[in-house]
Amino acid sequence: MKITNEQLKDMYLTMLKIRKFEKNAMDKFAEGKIPGFVHLYIGEEACATGACAALRVDDYITSTHRGHGHIIAKGGDLNYMMAELFGKSDGYCKGKGGSMHIADADKGILGANGIVGAGHNIAIGSGLAIKYRKTDQVCVCFFGDASTNQSTFHEGLNLASVWKLPVVFVCENNGYGISVSQKRHQAITDISVRASAYNMPGITIDGNDLFAVHEAVGEAVERARKGQGPTLIECKTYRWRGHFEGDMTVYRPDGELEAWMKKDPIPRVEKYFIENNVMTQDEINKLNAEVDKMIEEANKFAVNSPAPSLESALEDVYSDIVEEGRVR
Amino acid sequence: MKKMTYAEGIREAMRKKMQEDPSVLLFGEDVGKFGGCFGVSAGLWEEFGDDRVRDTPISEGAIVGAAVGSAACGLKPIAELMFVDFLTVGMDQLVNQAAKMRYMFGGKINLPMVLRVPSGGGVGAAAQHSQSLEAWVTHVPGLKVVYPSNAQDAYGLLMTAIDDQNPVVFVENKMLYSAKTDVDENELKPIPLGKARIAKDGTDVSIITYGRQVFDALTAAEALAKEGISAEVLDLRSLYPIDKEAIAQSVGKTHKVVLVSEECKRGAYTGDIAAQIAEEYFYDLDAPIKRVGALNTPVAFATDLESYILPNARDIELAVKSLFD
Repeated sequence: MKITNEQLKDMYLTMLKIRKFEKNAMDKFAEGKIPGFVHLYIGEEACATGACAALRVDDYITSTHRGHGHIIAKGGDLNYMMAELFGKSDGYCKGKGGSMHIADADKGILGANGIVGAGHNIAIGSGLAIKYRKTDQVCVCFFGDASTNQSTFHEGLNLASVWKLPVVFVCENNGYGISVSQKRHQAITDISVRASAYNMPGITIDGNDLFAVHEAVGEAVERARKGQGPTLIECKTYRWRGHFEGDMTVYRPDGELEAWMKKDPIPRVEKYFIENNVMTQDEINKLNAEVDKMIEEANKFAVNSPAPSLESALEDVYSDIVEEGRVR
Repeated sequence: MKKMTYAEGIREAMRKKMQEDPSVLLFGEDVGKFGGCFGVSAGLWEEFGDDRVRDTPISEGAIVGAAVGSAACGLKPIAELMFVDFLTVGMDQLVNQAAKMRYMFGGKINLPMVLRVPSGGGVGAAAQHSQSLEAWVTHVPGLKVVYPSNAQDAYGLLMTAIDDQNPVVFVENKMLYSAKTDVDENELKPIPLGKARIAKDGTDVSIITYGRQVFDALTAAEALAKEGISAEVLDLRSLYPIDKEAIAQSVGKTHKVVLVSEECKRGAYTGDIAAQIAEEYFYDLDAPIKRVGALNTPVAFATDLESYILPNARDIELAVKSLFD
């Protein structure tokens, strides 16, 4: 698949945004500014970036509890995202969702999701809507290795294949379901083999290789747009941080993280840029500084955004009912 | 006036909405050529074809999930689960996804989906095909819950539910499907959710109920009338939103309440209604609130056992009389 240098730079910018957004979230969580649970995407940036670069604005994605990367890659606004992490009124969800529930329907982001495996079935609903309306949109369903043990994986892939829905299933196999390694949670190595059970194409790729992800997802998207049905793509990757911030990762063998850090997807792209005259080191540094500024802006936006009013807790349960408040 | 079955009321509402609005579609197990397990969708596949009347695999999670996802992307799906008991299999999609998406996303999504769930016992289908689970769904903020008792209401409430921007659980009583009731054809139109209906006027006691038990309550009211007790029967029709005003008016008039549903009594939705009445209208009451429900057992198979477990008109009559002892 042909990619222009401009597209490459955009993808690199997206990866930087994700990495720096996540590092900032990590710091702010440690400082106690972000309540709840935060699941970081550091190390997996090539998956969301490569996949979403193959999509249009009017395409859909479903995401996971580790969703910041997907949302940024699909065009999510950093300010609204950061404000939501901080639980502020200007956040994507007015402070009612938090890290795990960011959505942006206008950009086709059908939501991060706190339930492992829930996206498979939402994605088939999206695929059904597309097929029903006979457009050439697609839906990319992101999920982790551990969610492929949920019944929803089987239900979703089965229905997508029997109805030939335009859904691309992108499995980010980061090796762990929380603390349980893939070896201990399923008896297969390559999750893509499960595609054969649904008579759909399945492929395993290096999820830390931006080009490989973009190419594989791009091909699957093209097939889906032509009405040729779903694909299962397994991206082998690794999360650098624990399952959530605060997880001490006692379950990791010594040296495993270090080995994966050597496969960091970001320097791999930088190396390619320099070797192929896409960007110079100076330009790379400049772009990094620009993204640092965006993150600083997002922080400022989040800090300055007012806390949600207590009355707002009663709104948005329904479109047309405001619930009763508490009298104190 | 003409007679129409409950199933026809539901079917005609679906047909009308599908004729009017191309974004409405129906899917579920065997809803296509087979016409649905209880024949509710008979003829719709022939009229609207595969795209709009879709048979699904036996995958309740996928059925509810497909409703959530397609509603989030702008369709108005009607999903049928063959029995409400199977909702357990698709519960995550209803409770964690459908009910909460609007709230979690700060109000920035609409989910115009209807989940139709045949409910209740009386057909010898035993414990996994006879439950009444409305307490589970009314418990969840974000869901609307509707439970019609007759063809006219089934038609009008379903018309409204399909256009509602929120997920609606549309509970249908499987014993009522073939029940013919009077329908005013001039009044075959949408009925707002949250409006109860006085099925029978009365002055001495309010029997507040919904679904099949409306008929049991009317039977009980007839028997009670012979003994000089004038019972009012209030058919809630919509369990959430609930018509608190109608309840308040009836309680204010009769000062006695008997709540009836087919749910097993422990944890039943009638308990919540009773609590609301006790909290807000306690001083209107001149007798304890009574509840009639199924026994706290699974629904048994053998006919005699099943009838013993489920509540009937006689149970309602006795409950009312106990307030006048």
